[in-house]
Amino acid sequence: MEALKSFNPKIEVRNLNFYYGKFHALRSINLTMPEKKVTAFIGPSGCGKSTLLRTMNCMYALYPKQRAVGEIIIDGENILDGRHDLNSLRAKIGMVFQKPTPFPMSIYDNIAFGIKLHERLSRGDMDDRVEWALKKAALWDEVKDKLKQSGDSLSGGQQQRLCIARGIAVKPEVLLLDEPASALDPISTARIEELITELKEDYTIVIVTHNMQQAARVSDFTAYLYLGELIEFGETTSIFTTPKQKATEDYITGRFG
Amino acid sequence: MTTLKSGSREKLQAFLDLAFKLVTRFFAFSVLALLAGIIVELFVGAMPAIHAFGWKFFVTTDWDPVNVKFGSVIQVYGTLVTSLIALLIGIPVSFGIALYLTELSPTWLKRPLGIAIELLAGIPSIIYGMWGLFIFAPHLADHFQPWLIDHLGPLPVIGALFQGAPMGIGMLTAGIILGIMIIPFIASVMRDVFEIVPPTLKESAYAVGCTTWEVVWNVVLPYTKIGVVGGVMLGLGRALGETMAVTFVIGNAQNFSISLLDPGSSIASTLANEFNEAFGKVYTASLIELGLIMFVITFIVLALSKILLFQLGKREGEKT
Repeated sequence: MEALKSFNPKIEVRNLNFYYGKFHALRSINLTMPEKKVTAFIGPSGCGKSTLLRTMNCMYALYPKQRAVGEIIIDGENILDGRHDLNSLRAKIGMVFQKPTPFPMSIYDNIAFGIKLHERLSRGDMDDRVEWALKKAALWDEVKDKLKQSGDSLSGGQQQRLCIARGIAVKPEVLLLDEPASALDPISTARIEELITELKEDYTIVIVTHNMQQAARVSDFTAYLYLGELIEFGETTSIFTTPKQKATEDYITGRFG
Repeated sequence: MTTLKSGSREKLQAFLDLAFKLVTRFFAFSVLALLAGIIVELFVGAMPAIHAFGWKFFVTTDWDPVNVKFGSVIQVYGTLVTSLIALLIGIPVSFGIALYLTELSPTWLKRPLGIAIELLAGIPSIIYGMWGLFIFAPHLADHFQPWLIDHLGPLPVIGALFQGAPMGIGMLTAGIILGIMIIPFIASVMRDVFEIVPPTLKESAYAVGCTTWEVVWNVVLPYTKIGVVGGVMLGLGRALGETMAVTFVIGNAQNFSISLLDPGSSIASTLANEFNEAFGKVYTASLIELGLIMFVITFIVLALSKILLFQLGKREGEKT
């Protein structure tokens, strides 16, 4: 934890508990994610890593039986205190899901749609912004001649990059990635990983993955969760080389999970 | 021996497969045959009227059994106008119901509300007709129609639709009753298709900062457009052909009036009222030609809905 002190904290999770109805899914999580770094959540299925990710943009609030207790502090403000406008909060925090989810509209509109919700741009500015986002997501060259085509017409890997472009088009500060490459082939996965490395120049990235090599490759910090508890958190290099907890070591060496 | 046995077994299975294919094909084609048969029969039955009036049947407002002069404008206008009113009422209300049930309602309310809507679909149309005639129409005549005449009547152009006496029965009342009747059909189809939208697709829309309304309008509706249009068509089909409830409240007047407050007739109500007492070849044939027109209207509506879906699809970008 000492290593963290040299970084600016972006997201702080304090004493977070999460409930699906009566099921206690996260237990007293404390965690600080530094700015413009990649933090990976690893752990076996059902350990709560996706749940933790989904509390950071209050996605759980869509479902009446899900409840979060505790504090998540982003830029000094507790987003769980119920006084925040969720729509503008979510514009600040982009999210990409496991399966690509292009909206049923053209490639151009997939990007422009989110921007239009929050900003009024002239036609030319909008074109520039769409191009910027698609370039940032390393998709521009592949789609620049077919912006009017349906988002569904792209391949799975392209769709996922389209979703990343859509996420960054609204200029968020944080990007939440929920197993963004698990439904993709190895080549597309490699492209997404490259992209993550480039994007951390500008964004604080939190990624959930069940692929430990991926966590080792792309992340600066790693959190290992098990049964709703945070077992260990630290710099990725030290977690993967000299884990302090026996449980973490068992998991990353493949003896368990 | 064993090989021979299995060989004959395979033959039998191949034969059964073929027989099965032929039987299902027969069923599928019998639908086509039935459709063709009905169209031919309607044509043949309508022949005397087609001979007697030709194209004039479509543009005249006569409906005069005594002098044997017939035209379809009154009934076609009545049918289209009541169905249009029904859609104007039915679509937004159904959309609201489906939206509430899928996106907003607490879980414990979903089932009872859903069942209530399905029950509404099960009410026989004659009950709607009776309720419309005895309770709803007088209520309209006392409260709603005078207001319409006073406030919308003086307006230019659309004022013509709101002239006359507040009698209760008439095309407006029939349209409103039809609107109520088609709500459960449209609403339950909309609810079913809204529910198949993948949660992650909706979550992605929320994740870029959409409100519930923006999610539904920009993501859920486009995603489910085929089902939604299908549901609306189901309701429209029912509204166009509904007989009993309309016959009770439309007034069954064979005089043409553009005003929605005046009594009129729909194709179905005219057929129901007059088929029994129709005398003479041309009278009967005119009624059958009305039936044929209804068939064609339904066909056109279906074709328009396909075109609409095609246009909506184009707006979403080309598929490769």
